[in-house]
Amino acid sequence: MRHVLSATVQNVPGVLAHISGMLASRGYNIDSLAVGETEDRNFSRMTFVLRGDDRVLDQVRRQLEKIVTVVRVDDISSRNYIERDLMLIKVCVPIGTARTEIKELAEIFRGRIVDVATDGVIVEISGTEKKIEGFIELIRPLGIVELVRTGRIAMVRGNPPTRELTEAADGARPADSSSESDSFA
Amino acid sequence: MTTVTRPHTSETFVSGADVVIESLVRHGVDVIFAYPGGASMPLHQSLTRYRDQLRTILPRHEQGGAFAAQGYARTTGRPGVVMATSGPGALNLVTAIADARLDSIPMVVLTGQVGTSVIGTDAFQETPMVEVCRGITKHHYLVTDANDIARVMREAFHIATTGRPGPVLVDLPKNIQLTQLVPDYNAPMRLPGYHPEKRNVRPEQIAQVVAAIKRSKRPVIYAGGGVITANASAQLRELVEKTGIPVTMTLMGLGAFSADEDLCLDMLGMHGSVYANYAVDQADLLLAIGVRFDDRVTGKVSEFAQHGFIVHIDIDPSEINKNKIVHLPIVADIKEVLQELVKSVEPPTASLHDWHTQIAQWKTEDPFSYDTTFPGILPQHAIAELSRLSADRDTIVTVGVGQHQMWSAQFFKFRNPRKWLSSSGLGTMGFGLPAAIGAKVAHPESLVVDIDGDGSILMNIQEMATCHCEQIPVKVLLLNNQHLGMVVQWEDRFFKGNRAHTYLGPVHHPEAFGKGDGIGPQDRYPDFVEIAKGFGWHAQSVSKKADLESAILALINAPGPAILDVQVPYQEHVLPMIPSGMTVRDLIKR
Repeated sequence: MRHVLSATVQNVPGVLAHISGMLASRGYNIDSLAVGETEDRNFSRMTFVLRGDDRVLDQVRRQLEKIVTVVRVDDISSRNYIERDLMLIKVCVPIGTARTEIKELAEIFRGRIVDVATDGVIVEISGTEKKIEGFIELIRPLGIVELVRTGRIAMVRGNPPTRELTEAADGARPADSSSESDSFA
Repeated sequence: MTTVTRPHTSETFVSGADVVIESLVRHGVDVIFAYPGGASMPLHQSLTRYRDQLRTILPRHEQGGAFAAQGYARTTGRPGVVMATSGPGALNLVTAIADARLDSIPMVVLTGQVGTSVIGTDAFQETPMVEVCRGITKHHYLVTDANDIARVMREAFHIATTGRPGPVLVDLPKNIQLTQLVPDYNAPMRLPGYHPEKRNVRPEQIAQVVAAIKRSKRPVIYAGGGVITANASAQLRELVEKTGIPVTMTLMGLGAFSADEDLCLDMLGMHGSVYANYAVDQADLLLAIGVRFDDRVTGKVSEFAQHGFIVHIDIDPSEINKNKIVHLPIVADIKEVLQELVKSVEPPTASLHDWHTQIAQWKTEDPFSYDTTFPGILPQHAIAELSRLSADRDTIVTVGVGQHQMWSAQFFKFRNPRKWLSSSGLGTMGFGLPAAIGAKVAHPESLVVDIDGDGSILMNIQEMATCHCEQIPVKVLLLNNQHLGMVVQWEDRFFKGNRAHTYLGPVHHPEAFGKGDGIGPQDRYPDFVEIAKGFGWHAQSVSKKADLESAILALINAPGPAILDVQVPYQEHVLPMIPSGMTVRDLIKR
């Protein structure tokens, strides 16, 4: 089963290395990992996509939370959330070839052509994993020169937000993340 | 116009190194094991200024220092502190750091590092210590601003000693040690993601455990190192007194419940007692307290305690369902849980009489045993004799790793917590002697005996010099069988007795190929008595059973550090045994 984990971590050197090292040494496979600063510069948010049964996921979450610089981990897969991936894709379309086709496809997928050169274009496109992969498959016959993706980022819809940074900084955590019996008893 | 004058102290500039050492003193550290080198010299210079408050012990190898710090920590519950220089000095600590991590031992590890301006340039004696240690520390710091030192030291001690304890590394570049600054020892900690104090037991969880105990007919307590870490032995005892539930312990848990009690089932697991393994297998309720369902305990984990309702109490949430899915997990401080539990617990509704009778029968049928008629000295016998002859003293035992370690766990009677020190999770040979040093430094009045093997002791034999020079009178009972006994045992059981580099004498000796007909006195190697004497120790050898008692008494009563080289056969196997990954049904009794 596919899971999306959203982790708030302290924005200090080595956090990414620590987390990726832990995941690798414990044999967990991560499909995607994206990281960036939050609105509070003291914290970064990491979004993980991984596959595994509930037990694996539970262990990953607990091992992540065990890392001192990890403030909080939420499994948001079961909630109503938005997920996005940003891709830049360079396609080989010299002048006089399928440029119109590319432009139309990009429009259908709500992408943008962000660079035009004599031998090709760069398309920027964002969306869900499925949408991005759909676009890649359509473009593939035209000749992909280079492709880069950010990895998935995700956010729960509506209020309250995934978590309050200030709350975490004060050390307050909701009861359900520090107690165990509800989910296992 | 008024002039605000700051208190004099806050204006005084001190070096970063002084802030580190002052922080140690402020955290109650009274001994540090430290081996100097280029990148840690400012710290050592600072240590000389704190001589009156903080004893610095010079080990003869950084690993020895780190295990000595563990010995201090394991016997006191307070963090052990060790320091080394950058590069090789720091790397020599790595094994002991990993060891402390696996056994949940609080340690603060200080390492010198090359100056910040040359970090990353492959400078002389530079290694990325934090990178090396990420996966084996509880937490780690590379200090790049001297103003952070006081806060980092606070955090290091806080993290090392709270929740599930563990080693914390503080890597200190030399220029940071030399920076002059005005320290703020009250700087607040920045640990928004670290809140073990919020792991509390809830009343309904206690009620569930009380109910589970009430309806049980064959309950067993499976107690581990967490009980000792939480200083909860008294509460465990109270729980047993109120309920009549028998207790088995892990290797880390020995001493949590007195071996003298009728309800003590001794150790469980691969080399645990027959009765403990039977009891756990038959249990309808297993109270797993401060344990982690290690493979050496469970064997085939899916069949471990398969008939029982399992309650798992631990401070570390990541242990829940890691190896074994349990029915009722409680993530909280064990002492707090047991304190709450004993308030409302009642004995099982049905009498435990039948269960107690069954267990007593198992105990009678299959006690830990050895051939008492053997004419020479069996290693088990030497341990049992040491246990008997030291019973009236406050005795702390450390061990290396292998057969002698398991026999010590089986035949030495531990009546109190923090008296048994074993590298249990990592299984590091060479642990015994340095750990004994730390224990003796912390408990000068206690008898501290390292029961060691001839393979293990050689791995940190240089610490004999530390004992002599620092006047630390530890005792060593050396069970010398000239082999790596545990590997020999596995060769005998699983590799048709083919000797593969498990004989510790010269390679041309027939024993090296398993073809010898015994090891004569002239063949024994090395001469541990001469080695020990060279280090300034008292040393004696014993080979006759009749001489053992007086030799052990002489060892115990020797004024300084002393070793008794006990010549034992290598043919003995540690039994009972449940082979790796198997079940109680595969238990080998003899």
